[in-house]
Amino acid sequence: MEEKPVLIIGGGISGIQAALDLGDMGIRVHLVEEKPCIGGRMAQLDKTFPTNDCSICILAPKLSDCFRHPNITLHTYSEIKKVNGQKGDFTVKIRKYAKYVKEDECINCGECNAKCPVKVPDEFDVGLRNREAIYLYYLQGVPPVMTIDREHCLFFTRGVCRICEKFCPKEAIDFDQKDEDVIINVNSIIVATGFDPFDPTAITQYGYKRYRNVVTSIEYERLICASGPTGGHLERQSDGKPAKKIAFIQCVGSRDVKNNRYCSSVCCMHATKEAMLAFEHDSELKSYIFYMDLRAAGKGFQKYLERGEQEYNISYIRSRIANITEDQNENLVIQYDDPETSKNKKVTVDLAVLATSLIPRSGVEELARILNVELDDYKFFKTDPLNPLDSSRPGIYVCGCCRGPTDIPESVAQASGAAERAAETLFEVVIT
Amino acid sequence: MSEVRVGVFVCHCGTNIGGFLDVPELVKYALSLPNVAFTQENKYTCSETGLSEIKKAILEIQLNRIVVASCTPRTHEPLFRSACKEAGLNPFLFQFVNIRDQCSWVHMHDKEAATKKAKDLIRMGVANAVLLEPLEELKIDVNPKAVVIGGGISGMTSAISLANRGFEVRLIEKSEKLGGTLNNLYKLYPTQIDASNLVTAKIGEIEKNSRIKVLTSSQVLDVDGFVGNYTVKIKQNNKVQNYDAGVIIVATGADVYKPSDLYSYDGERVITQLELEKALKRGEVKAQRIIMIQCAGARTKERPYCSKVCCPTALKNALLIKEKNDDSQLYILYRDMVTPGTEFEDLYGKAREAGINFIKYSPEKEPIVENESLKVYDELLGEELTLPYDLVVLSTPMVARSDSKELAQKLKVPVDEHGFYLEAHVKLRPVDFATDGIFVCGCAHWPSNVDESIFQAYGASSRASIPMSVGYVTTEPLIPVVDEEKCTGCGLCEMNCPFKAIKIEKKEKGRKANVIAASCKGCGTCGAGCPQKAITMKHFTDDQIIAQVRALAEVTS
Repeated sequence: MEEKPVLIIGGGISGIQAALDLGDMGIRVHLVEEKPCIGGRMAQLDKTFPTNDCSICILAPKLSDCFRHPNITLHTYSEIKKVNGQKGDFTVKIRKYAKYVKEDECINCGECNAKCPVKVPDEFDVGLRNREAIYLYYLQGVPPVMTIDREHCLFFTRGVCRICEKFCPKEAIDFDQKDEDVIINVNSIIVATGFDPFDPTAITQYGYKRYRNVVTSIEYERLICASGPTGGHLERQSDGKPAKKIAFIQCVGSRDVKNNRYCSSVCCMHATKEAMLAFEHDSELKSYIFYMDLRAAGKGFQKYLERGEQEYNISYIRSRIANITEDQNENLVIQYDDPETSKNKKVTVDLAVLATSLIPRSGVEELARILNVELDDYKFFKTDPLNPLDSSRPGIYVCGCCRGPTDIPESVAQASGAAERAAETLFEVVIT
Repeated sequence: MSEVRVGVFVCHCGTNIGGFLDVPELVKYALSLPNVAFTQENKYTCSETGLSEIKKAILEIQLNRIVVASCTPRTHEPLFRSACKEAGLNPFLFQFVNIRDQCSWVHMHDKEAATKKAKDLIRMGVANAVLLEPLEELKIDVNPKAVVIGGGISGMTSAISLANRGFEVRLIEKSEKLGGTLNNLYKLYPTQIDASNLVTAKIGEIEKNSRIKVLTSSQVLDVDGFVGNYTVKIKQNNKVQNYDAGVIIVATGADVYKPSDLYSYDGERVITQLELEKALKRGEVKAQRIIMIQCAGARTKERPYCSKVCCPTALKNALLIKEKNDDSQLYILYRDMVTPGTEFEDLYGKAREAGINFIKYSPEKEPIVENESLKVYDELLGEELTLPYDLVVLSTPMVARSDSKELAQKLKVPVDEHGFYLEAHVKLRPVDFATDGIFVCGCAHWPSNVDESIFQAYGASSRASIPMSVGYVTTEPLIPVVDEEKCTGCGLCEMNCPFKAIKIEKKEKGRKANVIAASCKGCGTCGAGCPQKAITMKHFTDDQIIAQVRALAEVTS
């Protein structure tokens, strides 16, 4: 009898690593991702701390490995609708939304979106540029096929256009495609749905959305990334001028009783990285990181902060910023308590970057309900402290940021660990 | 031999290359080189789109050598080789040219000169590619048994999960009993579960699992072999025995730094956090006024790292004391409270609510422990405080085991500058070593909490199980060949080889060098040192090297 496959929910680095480990063990995997391509948050990052490796460069080989792996079936643009059964025998209903593009035919030539007249904010580039209604989720996305967004496509909204169909050299456009429900039977389930960045608009004193030169960390990652909307040139949103002085405001929405009480774990490090990257682009650049506690406990992290201070012109200032104001040139004035002199001070910068919390993904409660597993007080998936990858329900395992804020190496180790737990379940079921 | 037809693919790598080199010019230039039949530029050659372009060109234009001028073979060579293989071309007819790390990134400010250098690199790569020969990969059987070194929480967890999956495991423990560091701990944070309960539960699972053989009071004397076929020589008491295993997991844990003269440490009124833990376990803590000093001996010149576990440990112990004795006065002197994530930050909040006092100090003005009281400059108040005490507790960092380097040498794996084991890739291969078939987890790798040690242990098991599940591994065929006519059996190669992969053996024509293909990493040290020029490194033959030098000098012979 052939072994039952494992279902993995979430195609970010955690889900990908779990899928690759299981696939390499010879176990079949169904990897379900709600976006049109796998890659997740790691694909949106420019570089990664503490080695400053280019994020997509180290991720892309894994994306391809997943795509080509004989034991891995990808279900992108898909959602989990129903889960029945128990450990060893779960029946899962997956809804695959129509991309209106034949995956086997599309060669990702770009003829279609070059002609598409619709312009809507691009989600992958967090609204910093527009995309068309037919689009590739991101440049290195896997599978490398186009998707038609029916919310905005003129054919679906007004019954006209179909220009993409005319220009497609492969006849890959299929407006008759329907959403499809796939039923699979699996042995166990790994949840790896990741995180969303916290929206800081409600913290009005930081002026996000009011001041054009206040951006969030994830927006900053896209702005400084070579494949991002500005081609990697760190420009101010107000006037396109290069930023020369940057303030990084830590714990935005984190360690904050009004929003999220917990610490988001990765922000001290990613702010340092982001400041380093800016300096690498422009050695005149000055960065200020306003923090509460510097949390650099991982391997090589402390040394990284020291390098930041000594070689990258970063000043670390222990101060919780009360508010940000704007001057007539749309520069930002940061007021802080100088810990050295205990006096109130001001610094004017070109750009302010808010290190926003990592929060559970929207829709996580619905998924928890479908899976019948518990969430913790913060709506991260609850795990057994002595078996930290096991959810509250046997046969369902959890890894990465959906169980709490986690950096990439931890996510990868957890993902391999969750794969091991799923593989153990398989063996258990086979022998009994 | 059929006509050599080289295809050259030049990658923009977003703007990593395209932003600093004239890629269209490079493509045009490559086409002018001898034997080049096709060139193309790609935004990202490594994307699925780029890879299918390579495959298409192999099939449609009958290319039989592929050159990709892009990033580094370290991350991308396997990918491009697979693409060649998928299109039916021997993967070793692929040649990498690094025009990013070694060109665009280092010459960002001179586009013209950098483009010229990239042309040189591509010309050399093409000259080399022409001489490439197809090679075959070797399949080597894997012994489906594991040796786990270290019987703490990491090692026990790893052993149990591998055994649950049907693999035989030898669990090697240096001391006389399993449990490791947990044997010294009282309660675990954030759950307040007894550490001994966890140890007992794990030992119970091990005892009832017939696939796990535990060797206590044992140490590793030597390790020989290669992935799939290791032999671990183990000394138990006075008995020495060899154990064969396909994979090895290193879970040797860490020590806790024991100070000598730090903060007037005396082991009585000034003790370490670990000593407090042991005293709590025995129920012997009577002190009313307790001051904990964080980063004692950590984040210093000698040990410049944060040991991660000390802040949550201090909070947990302070709370335990406070719960038992509400009249106790507790101070935690810290530099940064390191309580990342949800549960640790909750613990921090709980400690503040419970009335534990927190004072931030800076390393420039370290606390001074005097006979009856402690002086500390409070960074937030901006004044010096004098705090009388009954007990001072030093949160000292975890340090690598004193014998970690010795074991590392036996395993031929690296350690970092602090003596912790160094993984294959800090980001994406956190529990692998660069040496195939050896894995690491828990505090041997870096200070980690119990839950981290457990998930890393599962992670290491997963990775280790892959070659055992498949049953074989394929090794790189880039290995040396010995010309037995020339070899005099001098043994210099055996001495030079860092991987024990070449040995002098008695053969028909006398003593000759013999290559152990599976151990060989293809470094070429043997060939470089051979006084008889009897060793040829496949893929790096003298002819190929000379061809590249000639191409660089633009000498057409």
